[in-house]
Amino acid sequence: MTIETNPVTEDRGPRPDDRGPRPRLAAASIAPELKPSMVAMLDAAPVVFDLSHVEVFYGAFRAVRDVSMKIHKNQITAFIGPSGCGKTTVLRALNRMHDVIAGARVAGRVRYHGVELYGRDVSPTEVRRRIGMVFQKPNPFPKSIYDNIAFGPRLSGIRGASELDQIVEKSLRAAALWDEVKDRLHSSALGMSGGQQQRLCIARTIAVEPEVVLMDEPCSALDPIATARIEGLMRELKDRFTIVIVTHNMQQAARVSDRTAFFTAELDSKTDQRTGVLVEYDFTSKIFSAPGEERTENYITGRFG
Amino acid sequence: MIDPTAQAALQLRSRPSWRSTKNTLMSVVMVAGFVMIAIPLVAILWSVIARGASAAFTGFPAFFTSEIPNISRKAGPGMGPAIVGTLLITGGATLLAVPLGILGAVYLHEYGRESTFARLVRFMSVVMTGVPSIVMGLFVYVMWTMTFGYSAFGGSLAMSCLMLPVVIGSTEQMLRLVPANLREASYALGATKSRTILTVVLPAALPGIVSGALLAVARAAGETAPLLFTIGAATQFNPHLFEGANNALSAQIFVNANSSFAGAQDRAWGAALTLVMLTFAITMVARVFTARFSMKR
Repeated sequence: MTIETNPVTEDRGPRPDDRGPRPRLAAASIAPELKPSMVAMLDAAPVVFDLSHVEVFYGAFRAVRDVSMKIHKNQITAFIGPSGCGKTTVLRALNRMHDVIAGARVAGRVRYHGVELYGRDVSPTEVRRRIGMVFQKPNPFPKSIYDNIAFGPRLSGIRGASELDQIVEKSLRAAALWDEVKDRLHSSALGMSGGQQQRLCIARTIAVEPEVVLMDEPCSALDPIATARIEGLMRELKDRFTIVIVTHNMQQAARVSDRTAFFTAELDSKTDQRTGVLVEYDFTSKIFSAPGEERTENYITGRFG
Repeated sequence: MIDPTAQAALQLRSRPSWRSTKNTLMSVVMVAGFVMIAIPLVAILWSVIARGASAAFTGFPAFFTSEIPNISRKAGPGMGPAIVGTLLITGGATLLAVPLGILGAVYLHEYGRESTFARLVRFMSVVMTGVPSIVMGLFVYVMWTMTFGYSAFGGSLAMSCLMLPVVIGSTEQMLRLVPANLREASYALGATKSRTILTVVLPAALPGIVSGALLAVARAAGETAPLLFTIGAATQFNPHLFEGANNALSAQIFVNANSSFAGAQDRAWGAALTLVMLTFAITMVARVFTARFSMKR
């Protein structure tokens, strides 16, 4: 098998762990510094999601409280924070994935282009068609590669073979997977490697032409090479989609994102339960070079806890 | 030259100990257990083949195609009507029980879940598994046969009552094995729940559902008790599902083995061999289907 090298990912490969004296903010050097013109440009982008005082409950348990933030179009927004801080929970609130979990409930306001996402007459399936999701563990259907990609378009009633062929090719090309699989489109998707499967899941998501792609730790099950490829892919896809990514890897957030939200878990003294809160949300370069909150700085420099 | 102490350190052979003795002991016990299980199985197959082969295969294919002699002391073939009857009855029962059972299991696992009604249905299905097959036969006799008379369909009804809880149980088990992340993937693409069940969950569970259903079919094909009161005892071919008395291999084994005539007893062994081959074929089809339609690699 030949491994095609992606020019975008080549120079951005995973960095070896720095064993020397640690710079104060390890990731700061990775996140490019923003010029004032860039800031103005990033701020001028239209707002896709406007969250105000969002809370998510699992039954009586409040998993996240008081999240307010704006997510901008054609930018990559990263959610970082320790395990159990509610970043995935917030992400899943953005395309109503909590609806399929019994007992889960979202309070507060989530506006998508000004429309109340949890409004009375909003259909969750329509929401998810516009706001796609890539999961932590690659989860291709036990079908052929082709049928995996064609699944979404078929849902929206596209049946023509030539049209589906086109969509499949376009999506696989966009996910940098076409050359690897074009000769075995009709073999099982489960025969692919983990990294290929995750890129297939990305291709499957963008095949329905969503506006937003939510990614829930898309690289946590992948090796560094596959991770670098997905990151390169994200930078390419940014022009067409708005991307929100949850990651445990701070360097990844620093490498790919425009804005970063830091979440942490607070212990509620009354109920003895941990509830996630949004600590700080700003430009990635700012978060990783001059965070406004001490808790953010502690986490980023590894002095968490 | 290698240093002798280093060589001693490289002594990799296992030393005799209680652990290795235990290992040998347990291996012997397990092999003995396997042999004990295999003995009755091999004995059954051997006696059925030894005694049934001459009856079934003398003048092949006469035994499988000619009618059942209407005087039981007469020697010679055949079992044709009983084979047709068994296929009709089992086929009818499959058409009744499998779709109903799969739909029921989809309801229980995907919609009803832990609701009171779903729990009641699940409980009743477990109770139904424990109902003796002869009770099912009597039930159908009272509810159907007394009004409409003997027919293969009566047998199908009784047999489907036996199969239904098995199909529900195995299908629900298979649906439970479909990973949640496949459902999530489908929802995240904008699929509705019904669409997700039809295009993702059921196809993923299909090999298991099919093999479970076919094993239920193979099991039910050999049932005798539910057929005793419901199908009658025709000796001539009756290809009609809903009309007229019919016959079945299992019922023929029962009747002929009870006979004092050697000819009838031979036919019972022949019928037994035929039934074993038939269920073996169904099981094989189940295996092949499962292997073919499961997309693992």
